[in-house]
Amino acid sequence: MELTTFWFVIIAVLWIGYFVLEGFDFGVGVLLKTVAKSQAERRAVLTTLGPLWDGNEVWLLVAGGATFAAFPEWYATLFSGFYLPLFLILMALIVRGVAMEYRSKYGDEKWRGRWDNAIVISSFVPALLWGVAFANIVRGVPLEVQNNVIEYTGGFFNLLNPYGLLGGLVTLSVFMTHGAIFLALKTDGAIRERARVIATKIGLFAAVVTVAFLAITVTAYNDKLEVYGLAAIVAVAWLAALSANLRGREGYAFLYSSIALTFAVITLFSALYPNVMPSSLLETASLNINNASSTPYTLKVMTYVAVVLTPIVLLYQGWTYWVFRKRISAAQIPSPESGVLDFSKLPK
Amino acid sequence: MSSLDLARWQFAITTVYHFIFVPITIGMGFLVAGLQTAWYRTGNTKYLKATKFFGKLFLINFAMGVVTGIVQEFQFGMNWSSYSRFVGDIFGAPLAMEGLLAFFLESTFLGMWIFGWDRLPKKIHLASIWAAAMGTVFSAYFILAANAWMQHPVGYTVNEARGRAELNDIFAVLFQNTAVSAFAHTISFAFFTAGSFLVGVSAWLLVKNREKAMATSTLKLGLVTVMITFVMIAVTGDWTARIMTEQQPMKMAAAEALYETTEGAPFSLLTIGTLDQSRPVFQIDIPGVLSFMSTGDVNGVVEGINDLQAQYEKQYGPGDYTPNIPLAYWGFRLMIGFGALATLFALITLWRLRKNELPKGRWFLPAMISMPFLPILANSFGWIFTETARQPWAVFGLFKTEDGVSPTVGAASVAFTMIVFTLLYGVLAVIEFKLMIRAIQIGPEVIDTSELHEEVELGGDSTKKLTMAY
Repeated sequence: MELTTFWFVIIAVLWIGYFVLEGFDFGVGVLLKTVAKSQAERRAVLTTLGPLWDGNEVWLLVAGGATFAAFPEWYATLFSGFYLPLFLILMALIVRGVAMEYRSKYGDEKWRGRWDNAIVISSFVPALLWGVAFANIVRGVPLEVQNNVIEYTGGFFNLLNPYGLLGGLVTLSVFMTHGAIFLALKTDGAIRERARVIATKIGLFAAVVTVAFLAITVTAYNDKLEVYGLAAIVAVAWLAALSANLRGREGYAFLYSSIALTFAVITLFSALYPNVMPSSLLETASLNINNASSTPYTLKVMTYVAVVLTPIVLLYQGWTYWVFRKRISAAQIPSPESGVLDFSKLPK
Repeated sequence: MSSLDLARWQFAITTVYHFIFVPITIGMGFLVAGLQTAWYRTGNTKYLKATKFFGKLFLINFAMGVVTGIVQEFQFGMNWSSYSRFVGDIFGAPLAMEGLLAFFLESTFLGMWIFGWDRLPKKIHLASIWAAAMGTVFSAYFILAANAWMQHPVGYTVNEARGRAELNDIFAVLFQNTAVSAFAHTISFAFFTAGSFLVGVSAWLLVKNREKAMATSTLKLGLVTVMITFVMIAVTGDWTARIMTEQQPMKMAAAEALYETTEGAPFSLLTIGTLDQSRPVFQIDIPGVLSFMSTGDVNGVVEGINDLQAQYEKQYGPGDYTPNIPLAYWGFRLMIGFGALATLFALITLWRLRKNELPKGRWFLPAMISMPFLPILANSFGWIFTETARQPWAVFGLFKTEDGVSPTVGAASVAFTMIVFTLLYGVLAVIEFKLMIRAIQIGPEVIDTSELHEEVELGGDSTKKLTMAY
């Protein structure tokens, strides 16, 4: 395999990691107030993410860094082109991280209520916008050659086309379902029951929009036969996840929804290949794995680094998931209404 | 303002802000790990108390460092796409390595540490804070190597056809002396910052007559850290300065030559623009420097700069190769000044402490309260100096900052994002600061010694209440 193709695959793997892992993070965040009614329940729900969310988010940072290293032209065109959506995502990720860490510093209801709203909104925004962004990448955006480089010339509203928005609905609803399935697997009691019901309801909606989205993708923005097969795997895995959820097989449900997300990313990247950002205006203004890539030397260096480090990362991150595998119930939250830095704790 | 100016301001604001939290994270990670190790080894609960107390402060700070760091990973592509295209083949590599090696380590093991008190056996729990701390140092190394390449590009050739710099020696990029010295200097300062933080907080507790056993230990730990790292900072600073003089003489000219002129006339330097204002400058009788000054040319306060300007015009073509001199001059001095002041406070306190007493003067408490802030200011001014005195270059001698900005992003977009970032960062700073103050006021929590001797099973016991919940 050419190194440029290898790195295209690596970038896809990083996005798979990001969508599978932070996907459920986002879903849990959006559903926080729907699935958890009492303070103890909310804290139980957020604690399922506690030790994991930051590590999940690193997949995005590494995807960004790896794109910079392996395909600098892609990094430059994409991030300067999708300027405002990316900015909104960054704002959301900032607020989200702080909200997670700070919400239980005080027990005060207003304080917690505000951070909870912040978590819902800041999970909703990226869950929607990642879909919009990826749909537009696959669909092709206005790219032109200016001063010898390929630049995005479309502006912000160009991204809000029907297919792009459909993509947004797909990631939003799929992440929400994935999050509900994760909660059903990781909590106990009332939250678990509610999460399973929510997973079925939103999961069916997600099935409809996803199938519609994939149907358009494979027919309109794809010229490879095998991509039809990949899209079919997504649909089958998704239905398997919903069925497992209905039967109360939570572990399998999570496995299948993770597989569906994995193949969804594979489908999009396969439809793209060998382009990384097709131009909707002119075939020659498309960015592909060759005209966007770094030198063979840099790719070789980065290949050594990735081949050595990625298995180690997978090993220890997987181990964290194993350590924190036990279910968490609202009953386990110590004095749910109090916060770490409450006034009552000030020395007299 | 043009999108270039705005993008520069945005970079300055987001980066300086991010770097308020970074040195505390790096230094405190290790100090907390050290305290926990002391508890593990001795079983003395004052160390456990200190681990939990400073751990709490560390985490309030860490959250801010993480979220503001996300912006840094994407900002190059968003506001500096032309820069990213030109340097990506080289500059992207350390960034990707940083993510893969450092960020994963840091975030995964810190998550384990925060939530692991009742989920991990003591030994593994202790190892997880060390792993997270190592992650912060790896992160520092890679990003400083990337920055060092901007100060002194090596290991590359320029491909004219592709219009970019291309990597041909990764080891030169990662291990050049510019990177190694900057790393040594920055890490020393990170420990200095964390030490000062410990000193300030512990001294406050002692003045308030609280937690004597714990606070005395952490005060001593902080003071010793400050004194040791002060020496390291001086040594690595001298090393860094010598490398800088050789590799970026203009930067040293901006900082060093002006150095001789301030004593007695510090404010006149702020108005370098007029002849009259610069007159007192001439009166200071320092041999050699005086002869430079005698040109009477305002820009030529330090002749070295003019010489270099002329030399660069010959080398790189017409243009202004002089950085912002007052900023460089003051940045350099404030870096040293704030660091020296913190060291002085630490030295006096250490001197009194030999008789197990704290200094008595009315200055003591305000000085101790200022301790956490002085190194932060020193860090900030040091980096403001380093980065602005490299201008007009983004990559010294190779690529100008003005050529790096994204051509497709309009000034209005950059202004909008800059304003929103600044507002959000402002609000978060207030929240973070209040939480920090409150956590210090509450002080260390009471340790329940009954549970200390139970060995925790890997994965924890789900019939028990959780130790840590969001």
